[in-house]
Amino acid sequence: MSQTMTAPAGQRRRERRFGIFSLLVLAIMLGVFATSARGEQATFVLNDARGQLFELPNLVVTVVPAVLVLSAVVAVIAYRQFTTGFGSKAVIVVGVVALLFVMAFLTWAAAGGQLSVVGLLRGSLARATPIALGGLAGVVCERAGVINIAIEGQFLAGAFTAAVVSSLASDPWIGLLGGIGAGVLVAFMLAGLTIRFKADQIVVGVVLIVFATGVTSFLNTQVLSGNPELNSPTRFTAIAIPVLSEIPLIGPVLFRQSMLVFGMLFAVGALHYALFKTRWGLRLRSVGEHPKAADTVGINVLATRYKAVLLGGVFAGIGGAWWTLDAVGQFSREMTGGRGFIALAAMLVGRYSPVGAFGAALIFGFSDQIATSLQLLRVPVPSDLLLTAPYLVTILVVAGLMGRLRPPAANGKPYTKE
Amino acid sequence: MRLELQAITKRFPGVVANDAVDLVVESGEVHGLLGENGAGKSTLMNILYGLYGADEGQILVDGQRLELDDPGDAIDAGIGMVHQHFMLVPVFTVAENIVLGVEHTRRLGKLDRARASTEVAALAERSGLPVDPDALVEDLPVGIQQRVEILKALYRDARLLILDEPTAVLTPQEADDLFDAIRAFTAEGRSVIFISHKLREHRAIADRISVLRRGRIVGTADPRTTSEQELANLMVGRPVELSVSKPAATAGDAVLAVAGLGVENALGGRVVEDVDLTIHAGEIVAVAGVEGNGQSPLVRAITGLQDIAEGTVHIAGRAVKGATRKQVLRDGTGHVPEDRGSEGLVADFSVAENLVLNLWDAEPFARRGTLQFAAINAHARELVDAYDIRTPSIATTAGSLSGGNQQKLVVAREFDRPIDLLVASQPTRGVDVGSIEYIHTQLVAKRDEGTAVLLVSSELDEVLALADRVAVMFHGRLVGPFDTPISKEAVGRMMAGADPAEVLGTPPGGDT
Repeated sequence: MSQTMTAPAGQRRRERRFGIFSLLVLAIMLGVFATSARGEQATFVLNDARGQLFELPNLVVTVVPAVLVLSAVVAVIAYRQFTTGFGSKAVIVVGVVALLFVMAFLTWAAAGGQLSVVGLLRGSLARATPIALGGLAGVVCERAGVINIAIEGQFLAGAFTAAVVSSLASDPWIGLLGGIGAGVLVAFMLAGLTIRFKADQIVVGVVLIVFATGVTSFLNTQVLSGNPELNSPTRFTAIAIPVLSEIPLIGPVLFRQSMLVFGMLFAVGALHYALFKTRWGLRLRSVGEHPKAADTVGINVLATRYKAVLLGGVFAGIGGAWWTLDAVGQFSREMTGGRGFIALAAMLVGRYSPVGAFGAALIFGFSDQIATSLQLLRVPVPSDLLLTAPYLVTILVVAGLMGRLRPPAANGKPYTKE
Repeated sequence: MRLELQAITKRFPGVVANDAVDLVVESGEVHGLLGENGAGKSTLMNILYGLYGADEGQILVDGQRLELDDPGDAIDAGIGMVHQHFMLVPVFTVAENIVLGVEHTRRLGKLDRARASTEVAALAERSGLPVDPDALVEDLPVGIQQRVEILKALYRDARLLILDEPTAVLTPQEADDLFDAIRAFTAEGRSVIFISHKLREHRAIADRISVLRRGRIVGTADPRTTSEQELANLMVGRPVELSVSKPAATAGDAVLAVAGLGVENALGGRVVEDVDLTIHAGEIVAVAGVEGNGQSPLVRAITGLQDIAEGTVHIAGRAVKGATRKQVLRDGTGHVPEDRGSEGLVADFSVAENLVLNLWDAEPFARRGTLQFAAINAHARELVDAYDIRTPSIATTAGSLSGGNQQKLVVAREFDRPIDLLVASQPTRGVDVGSIEYIHTQLVAKRDEGTAVLLVSSELDEVLALADRVAVMFHGRLVGPFDTPISKEAVGRMMAGADPAEVLGTPPGGDT
């Protein structure tokens, strides 16, 4: 009956698995970070170059003792994971271990150099933006019972169209509308094929990804490369919110970002509220859980699903526009690099909730940003390997920590009346 | 509300589900609708609720013609329905389920949850169906879930309530509560259509009974003047034997030997404790008990589906522990599981395929790793005839058959080979009288072939009708088996945990 009730035996096994994870982490911390640092001290810069209310001191850490202290904490946690266990807090504890590992890693990476904490966090939030928006697209579709794996395709279509429209109109807002339109168009194809014609949702999703990839790559080579004026979109610039943006550390991270980042934060809150507090959300979720029950109380199941998928297209279109209107400022072939799939992972890790998906997107955004930040520090790790970090983190998080997931009961099942 | 159905006809590919059905439900009346599984009761009600469109005929409410395109129209017309499979969202609260579709909102479309809870609590109080409005539906027992379904209809101010097999999931006590609620409902001049194939219930609650057979109304009866036997004959279309006639058992050697059996659930709690039970060839031993007292894990341990924590189970001398499930079945055990939908058959497989699920890789159904469809189909045709499985064809998917015919399919598969032990768990659950009669006859026939039969049933009437010896399970422990005849009252008291010595006046015996 209750999904959260786990058998003690299963619970013990799970905790032991987490314990093994902690031991692995510990081995890397002691074997690599504590022994091969390139300098004695690591400096974490907490200030931003731009104006702020007051200056913070730099955080200077002596590498080896710091790593040893962090390792000791992990060792204590691992011991408890193997003995008494943490019960209901087991997953949170794993998160703590991961956090300690990241701290040790950053200390080691920044040894003998300087790491800008502001840059790291600010970049993480920015890079989490498309992933969170893609996650919202997934959440709103799947809560209504339609599996949307085509987010990657919506991203590419959105990125491409936003670039071209913004180039033509010289206005990022109109470009954004173009991106939304492209996302909705892909969503419309998904909705039409799966809801109206009841085609397999996974197959249609794959087809749409291939379709969007092919079309954007083709147009990129055939049209954009010969007409660079079509691929020089006007971008959104960072907006600094007065006063708030001058708070040290928090200000530049949260209050000096582009409109798309602010829009994403608003969308996360708004969708979460709408899904769980409003009539619209109750009806949408009933359609994803038990469409026949919804039908018998007079809710139009198919229309609800259509609208949900199209709304998902709006979110995914904005997410796609982030690449060309915010981050890069130019469309290039397959530039989204599988972030649409990571957005799906964010939706799953976030357990089909907008706020949860946002939290997971932050983890993925952080791992994305870390790869870039560390390249600048010239860490002795091949840069290609560093760039795989977001994907590795995705695999680890999805496979290791997610635990049992309970998707909407009618997710992926076409609804037929008779 | 007075409802009139005129010449309703509904055809599905290959069948006429409703054939010119006329039905009148008077205001304040409980109208019983009786019929075998697949007689067209559910189809007719789905038409009345706007889920299906009728091919012909019309519906009149208080003399006004009613056009039903979807359930919303039916709700607007004051028709409410409690479906056999509840139309409730398990992860929503009671209040959310009840107000779904007619929610009150505040600013920005915000749900007024407080108002929903208050209204639902008040409605529940008023209608004598108490329920916690803020509980999650999935945490509630089925009896309470059904209450939520009824409240859902009442919240929409239903003046006609359709109850589709409402008692199938209820204990006798819960069924009595339901009947009280129905009486209170009709006392206000509202009407009820009560669907069930349990004759006793129709006689208890209905004011008038219409009998549906193969899509047609074959008669309307007054429950005060019509006997159960007459109703059964009318429903099935031939004289039905309501009691089982069986010769005395001639018990042979011990086939099933259970000694000191203990079974644990997933949480490590004991759900079966220290059970000893011996069943001989050629006898039926019935295990009675209120559901959830360990009967399911007992059956699962005997058939090798669940691990044995303690003790031993031997079938015809072979230990079950350590044997695979397949070995247990192939060595000569037949198993009719309690839930045919999840364990008895594969809904998406054809009737023919389902009939060889237990022998799919054995000759002649498979040869050199290939299924032999000629043999499988011939076998299926034979069994469909022999066991009277009503199906359009042997290629039809099992899931599309009616419940009774699905059960007959499982029975056919499990009965139609020589076996030492037959374990039948709730073999007639959700099955109509005609099929019950048939399955009971088959069980006795199997016994007379020399098979040892373990019958687990929560229907006391069934236990007493079939058993040669009766055991009772209570809180994971088994008392008995006791020789028959044994009084219904004695078994009932032991089902509630009474001490057998006290009930029978003798120490428990008969466990030879």
